[in-house]
Amino acid sequence: MEVPRIWRLKKQRYALQGEVCPHCQVKIFPPRDVCPECGGEAKTPFSFSGQGEVYSYTLISNAPAGFEEQAPYTVAMVKLNEGPLVTAQLTDLGDEPVRIGMPVEMVTRKIRNDGDERGMIVYGYKFRPVMAK
Amino acid sequence: MNKVFIVGIGQTPVSESWDKSLKELAGDAGLMAIEDAGIGYPDGLFVGNMMAITANHQAQFGTLMADWLGFHHKPALAVETACSSGSSAFRMALMAIASGEMETALVIGAEKMTDSPGSEITASLATAADAELEADFGLSFVGLNALLMRRYMHEYGWKHEDFSDFSINAHANAAHNPNARFRNPITRDSFTRSPMISDPINLLDASPVSDGAAAIILSSRPIQNGRKPVSVVASASMTDTLSLQHREKAVHLKAAEASAKTAYAQAGLSPSDIGLFEYHDAFSIMSALSLEAAGFCAPGEGPRLAKEGKIKFNSDIPVATMGGLKARGHPVGATGVYQLVEATLQLQGLAGPTQVKRNRYAMTQNIGGSGSNIVTHILQSE
Repeated sequence: MEVPRIWRLKKQRYALQGEVCPHCQVKIFPPRDVCPECGGEAKTPFSFSGQGEVYSYTLISNAPAGFEEQAPYTVAMVKLNEGPLVTAQLTDLGDEPVRIGMPVEMVTRKIRNDGDERGMIVYGYKFRPVMAK
Repeated sequence: MNKVFIVGIGQTPVSESWDKSLKELAGDAGLMAIEDAGIGYPDGLFVGNMMAITANHQAQFGTLMADWLGFHHKPALAVETACSSGSSAFRMALMAIASGEMETALVIGAEKMTDSPGSEITASLATAADAELEADFGLSFVGLNALLMRRYMHEYGWKHEDFSDFSINAHANAAHNPNARFRNPITRDSFTRSPMISDPINLLDASPVSDGAAAIILSSRPIQNGRKPVSVVASASMTDTLSLQHREKAVHLKAAEASAKTAYAQAGLSPSDIGLFEYHDAFSIMSALSLEAAGFCAPGEGPRLAKEGKIKFNSDIPVATMGGLKARGHPVGATGVYQLVEATLQLQGLAGPTQVKRNRYAMTQNIGGSGSNIVTHILQSE
């Protein structure tokens, strides 16, 4: 893994920062500078609440290189309350079975370390079930 | 645009090929096609391949194959669009001939996957997904398809076992194909009990990691070798967002639909004219999505076609007639060329026990990524 590449992503990975389109107001995650809805230029930062619900999920048993020691783990598409979908691991699942529609919230967690490659530990977003208040 | 004909074909058995390298497999298929066509060396070479760089440490694979095959001082290049690389290479060759730039061209699709340990080839395959948005979080390529399948089951109410007939049909057809990886029949029981990879996708939902190469000679003149001439009447390539999360509706392959519609319009045909459909059954969910996107049934109805037996080689819309990706095998960059070789054999009446009856028009659909780069072709027997 490359240090500058991960460093560049710090706002979206640690603060769930995307963009809002100044033309059609649609919320965009991650930032992509051209609005996927109206095609206008969209560079206004917008921080997402981190609240959403599970749109789909899978339990990965055969992990790609770099993730073997975490397997099995759950990856989900999460529909954020503000609209966009984001792909991330689920964590802190406890005994509750995952289901489509389950409310989840973003937390910052270790995504992986790159072992002996560069000694880097990569952090980023995961989602956990919304805690009872 | 000049008319373009398929005048030679070649294919290696799909297998775990311990004693052949990537270039040897590709070379074998290429030489078979050259010999089959009997018109000498063509004007150029187009190679479809996904993982020569990541799995086989070789860039310039097109140049290497021109060198290996003795294409001295002729143009060659490799094309990469993940799982649809083979069809993309075929399309490049087709355009070169249709434009008049070349009179003949060799297309080779090749992939060598089994040299790599499982986790490494899984990581290589995951580069077909969006690196920053999907693969960085440990999502495998199987995992992406599992997300699609779970959502599809949720939206349309199908159960996992409802997908079994796609795999059972593929294995039944592969039993008659000497080049297929898996020639053993499977049952509903073995399907439901097979080990889980990324739930709900289990081993028998998934096409196997394989080695193989297939090749085609295209020409501006019809075939000389006594077999029925086959021409290309449609070629349509379409893209969608690279990541699944950015699609308007995850379980609808919009690019597949657009590519099929464009192909039908080019050929002046509709789904009912198509006598066989070599679809991209990398996973059972992709079989359903591909049938729906190509207009053979309504959204959400793919599994019903399979359950009612309509996808069998002697029924309404034959698919995977030589085993498909599921049972012939899915050497990624080679797959599109295998589909076109098999469709050619069907149109020439040379498909053996799984020969389809209506063999005037055949359609192939090759799906790159999770539906992000789709190439559809229609072939016609003259």
